[in-house]
Amino acid sequence: MSNFFSGLWRFRRGAWEMLATLIIAIGVFMLMQPFAMWAYTYSFITTLIGTVMFIVVSHFPD
Amino acid sequence: MSLDPVEQVARATPVTVAKKIRGLSDRAIAWIFVGPTILLLLAINIFPLIWTINLSFTNYKANRPNRPVEYVGLRNYERILNDSDIWLNMQATAHFLVWTIVFQVLIGFTLAWLINKKFKGNDLWTTIIVLPMMLSPAVVGNFWTFFYQPQIGLFNYVVGFFTGADPSSFEMLGSVDLAPWAIVIVDTWMWTPFVMLICLAGLRSIPNYIYEAAAIDRASKWRQFWTITLPMVLPFLMLAVLFRGIENFKMFDLVVQLTGGGPGSTTELASINLKREAFEKWRTGYSSAFAIILFVTVFGLASIYVKALNKVKER
Repeated sequence: MSNFFSGLWRFRRGAWEMLATLIIAIGVFMLMQPFAMWAYTYSFITTLIGTVMFIVVSHFPD
Repeated sequence: MSLDPVEQVARATPVTVAKKIRGLSDRAIAWIFVGPTILLLLAINIFPLIWTINLSFTNYKANRPNRPVEYVGLRNYERILNDSDIWLNMQATAHFLVWTIVFQVLIGFTLAWLINKKFKGNDLWTTIIVLPMMLSPAVVGNFWTFFYQPQIGLFNYVVGFFTGADPSSFEMLGSVDLAPWAIVIVDTWMWTPFVMLICLAGLRSIPNYIYEAAAIDRASKWRQFWTITLPMVLPFLMLAVLFRGIENFKMFDLVVQLTGGGPGSTTELASINLKREAFEKWRTGYSSAFAIILFVTVFGLASIYVKALNKVKER
């Protein structure tokens, strides 16, 4: 866990990709879940942030 | 030493002329080969994507090309993301996506594992199993509609035979509870062979000597499966899930043939609604925004998946 946070702090690809992946997964779940309308409403912006972040952080050093 | 004719001509050609003929660098030659593909990609993929993003911020209607187009900002996105009907479509898509992948992976892998055993008629069975995916979705949709007929349908008869239920007592395509499962069954029937073929390729790529070494170490069949077979087939399996996931997220033809999105809107997948908005209601701007939402979702999922696939390959 401390590796993950130090990776984020030092702008390392692995940690940031992990974060972006998590955001995308949450966004997709929010889009398709049957529980709360507000989650559906904010799903697209969540997925979009995650996807753009994923593209950007893929260029960070390992 | 005698030179061959080609060499003789090459040597006799003045250097300046030779440079003119052979003056292209490797990089230039590479561009000549790659250029047409890049142009084609830009014309049929990138340009439409950018154009769709542009349209998604307008109230453009393709059936009224002369009407002045207004930029409406994020209003189309706002409407879609506050529409409870589209939310239900997304849930229907999720149901279809998850269950088809679960069934196709389980059955596909089992079939591949069985087919991989050497037995008589192995090739014939492979051909028979692969047949459904070679059929047109329109044909499959049509004949499964007959299979699901409550009075004369083979499916109802078989279910009735095994469960003792009256075949005409249930309607697969007409029932709100059963229709989502009816489309899952048909897609599974049609596309399981595809997953099976990919798994079979994975199984056949495992060298025999690994199993022999495991057998010498007295590893049980069960342990061989969990420590050799499954990890080595996993990248193939994940690839199959990626292909089927993307394909089923935009599933249209089969479901339209079977249920047309009904009863009510229980099987109205996102792509069916998208087509209605784009080509029946002609709300091009709105449907472009809808398409972009679906695109970003698939793109995001595919990114995660490709990353996971690479990690599995590295192991």
